[in-house]
Amino acid sequence: MLVTINGKQYEAEAGQTILQVAKKHGLYIPSLCYHQKVGVAGKCRACVVEVEGMRGLQTSCSVVVRDGMNVSTRSEKALQAQKLVVDLLLSSGKHDCLSCAQNGKCELQDAAYYLGIERPTLVFSDLEPHGDESSEFIKVDHNKCISCGRCVAACQKTVTNDVLDFGYRGANTEIVFDDGKLMGKSTCVQCGECVQICPVGALTEKKVAGQARYWETEKVKSVCPYCGVGCTMEIHVDRKLNKIVRVNGDENSPVNEGMLCVKGRFGYDFVDHSDRLTSPMIRNDDGSFRKASWDEALDLVATKLNDIKVKHGTDKIMGLASAKVTNEENYTFQKFMRTVIGTNNIDHCARL
Amino acid sequence: MKAQQLKIALRNCGFIDPEEIQDYIANEGYLALASSLSGSRQAVIETIKKSGLRGRGGGGFATGLKWEFAAKPEADRKFVVCNADEGDPGAFMDRAVLEGDPHSVLEAMAICGYAIGADEGYIYIRAEYPLAIKRLRIAIAQAEEAGLLGENILNSGFSFKIKLKYGAGAFVCGEETALIKSMEGHRGEPVSKPPFPATKGYRGKPTNVNNVETFANVPAIINRGADWFAAIGTEKSKGTKVFALAGKVKKVGLVEVPMGTTLRQLIYEIGGGILGDKQFQAVQTGGPSGGCLTVKHLDTPIDYESLIAAGSMMGSGGMIVMDEDDCMVAVAQFYLDFTMEESCGKCVPCREGNKALYNILHKITHGEGTMADIDRLKELAVVIKSTSLCGLGQTAPNPVLSTINNFYDDYVQHIVDKKCRAKRCRALLEYRVVEENCIGCGACKRACPADAITGELKQKHFIDQEKCIKCGACHQKCKFNAIAID
Repeated sequence: MLVTINGKQYEAEAGQTILQVAKKHGLYIPSLCYHQKVGVAGKCRACVVEVEGMRGLQTSCSVVVRDGMNVSTRSEKALQAQKLVVDLLLSSGKHDCLSCAQNGKCELQDAAYYLGIERPTLVFSDLEPHGDESSEFIKVDHNKCISCGRCVAACQKTVTNDVLDFGYRGANTEIVFDDGKLMGKSTCVQCGECVQICPVGALTEKKVAGQARYWETEKVKSVCPYCGVGCTMEIHVDRKLNKIVRVNGDENSPVNEGMLCVKGRFGYDFVDHSDRLTSPMIRNDDGSFRKASWDEALDLVATKLNDIKVKHGTDKIMGLASAKVTNEENYTFQKFMRTVIGTNNIDHCARL
Repeated sequence: MKAQQLKIALRNCGFIDPEEIQDYIANEGYLALASSLSGSRQAVIETIKKSGLRGRGGGGFATGLKWEFAAKPEADRKFVVCNADEGDPGAFMDRAVLEGDPHSVLEAMAICGYAIGADEGYIYIRAEYPLAIKRLRIAIAQAEEAGLLGENILNSGFSFKIKLKYGAGAFVCGEETALIKSMEGHRGEPVSKPPFPATKGYRGKPTNVNNVETFANVPAIINRGADWFAAIGTEKSKGTKVFALAGKVKKVGLVEVPMGTTLRQLIYEIGGGILGDKQFQAVQTGGPSGGCLTVKHLDTPIDYESLIAAGSMMGSGGMIVMDEDDCMVAVAQFYLDFTMEESCGKCVPCREGNKALYNILHKITHGEGTMADIDRLKELAVVIKSTSLCGLGQTAPNPVLSTINNFYDDYVQHIVDKKCRAKRCRALLEYRVVEENCIGCGACKRACPADAITGELKQKHFIDQEKCIKCGACHQKCKFNAIAID
């Protein structure tokens, strides 16, 4: 079907909302609470537009398109409302962008930029700092929270951990962990789904503070090195230091749909750790290690395995596989043990 | 006080023993249920549609149409919900019905259940109404024992049970989608419509939600006929409406008048006029989010459309009368304080916008406002109304807009002259000694907690405005009218 947005016709599919059609065609409408993963919330009201034949302003995130619909996202009335809603959010919080880890990736900042809001106009008093740094990997800044509800929906519906919810009422509404515990004392498993889905700087990775800005990093697609699930991740690398700054789940991956676990998301320190082995090591006679090439190391292992087979029989050899590798690799390993070595002594560490 | 009242919803209140089902039955009780069950479901809906009954909770939606919407969808379960979460300050219409005539609501819910095809009803009632809860419990037990609720009512094959759910006092839970969320055990927050409760309500099933007073009208309509009801009231607003008349009127209390009665009749003839025969200044209809109407609106007929056209609304029937001693800016601030407090916090315009409105009004009543603030108030109010998710936010700015429209001079006086005509805004008052009256007794000086008053005994005293905290202690203590308030 065809839908007219701001005087131009666009192709749309039945069941799509105005916002989805606009996004698909690269048209920007400020929107803060909608996210494809958690669906329509209708909370932020920043995405209001005018639709011909419909009374008053409509939230574009919730109105489904009809053939021939005529939408105006930039009418005077729509823009005034969008601007005031964003102004209210900027005014009621403390969105200091200068040292915010979300700078450059903040959807509130994008909306303010689009609407030309220099600074909030409805500030009535300064806010006391109101944060929670009790969690090991996640920093909470309630003054930057816009109560969009994405994190709550993600925690409850996407990862179904049910830790996050809203507490209190009205202008005092804020996100709470369990029944109002500090994040670090709650049942939160720090999967970080809330951090990834937060449109502003209210929930950020602690490790990212002071590191390369969002736009300075190269986004490298990779597969999580931990378990066999094979979650796709987007690794943000500071090329100047050749260092990982942040790891996000790949929202387009059919495997994990953007989700990661605490290890995949935050456990990347080993990558450039000084203790990490970067080449095979062969033990000297005195017990110390020396570096070796892969050829030398594999030859040594093959020789020793053969020696044991000949001297003691194949059942004196056992293979222990790792949960960190894929199913395919584990399959190959057991095949190798059964057919090449000739033993059924195969086991698995069964933990990461 | 009953001179021009006509009681339909309150017909039995005060006349029957609410804890005795026989009293209700003797007054045509459960007759409407019996006659409804002997006819078709559609016939019941047609009667309600024809009567012109509209929702008495504030929205004014056609009740018959609402029933029809809930009757249409095919579903394995349907529910009838009675909204008894009366939350307007000073309003107790529903409480009076539930305490005085609980069976009328139960009967109407059963009729509604039959009409839409539901076998279960819930009354969502504030836990702060213990007497109403007690009487409802007694009434449900008595009706079940008499075979008027429960399985196979009057051998018709129709079964209907009613249960109670308690609200914890949140104003927003009077909004039907928030009420349903609360019934389900979630936060009392509204959700976007559509889908409407008639298609997807309690536990995802078609649900019909009506207010207590709406239900209380139903048995009378069935018994006396749609034409009888439709003959009362105005063209678009039929029947009567119960109001909680309060504020500066001589006779306060619940009144039930035919739609179309004018504000003047209600305030002067039924309410007996303004307390102390002072000057009428404003009347606020529609609860905390209604508008403040003024002298020029006194002859407005009370019906849904006329009140909206005048910048206010029917609401659930709160009616607060104000006299010349009330400051309209402070009144707007008072109502905003309430709606700000009661906002659930779900959507931004209501959560943050009403707080911003309140903050600007606070500035003005404290002498820190500017003329630009009036434009800001208007702009904010319009956007909050047009972008809020539910009825609470969509109407919360009404007191601000209506007071700016009807009492613009009050705003200007607060902003430009830094004065409050009604002498209600303490920050704008100035206490000074009337020299010709002061005998120098020193009573004011001793009463002043801020040491702002100086003066020797038997000499004229003086108030230091810098130090004065405007508490009024000197004014109360002075026996010689020597302290004036400007």
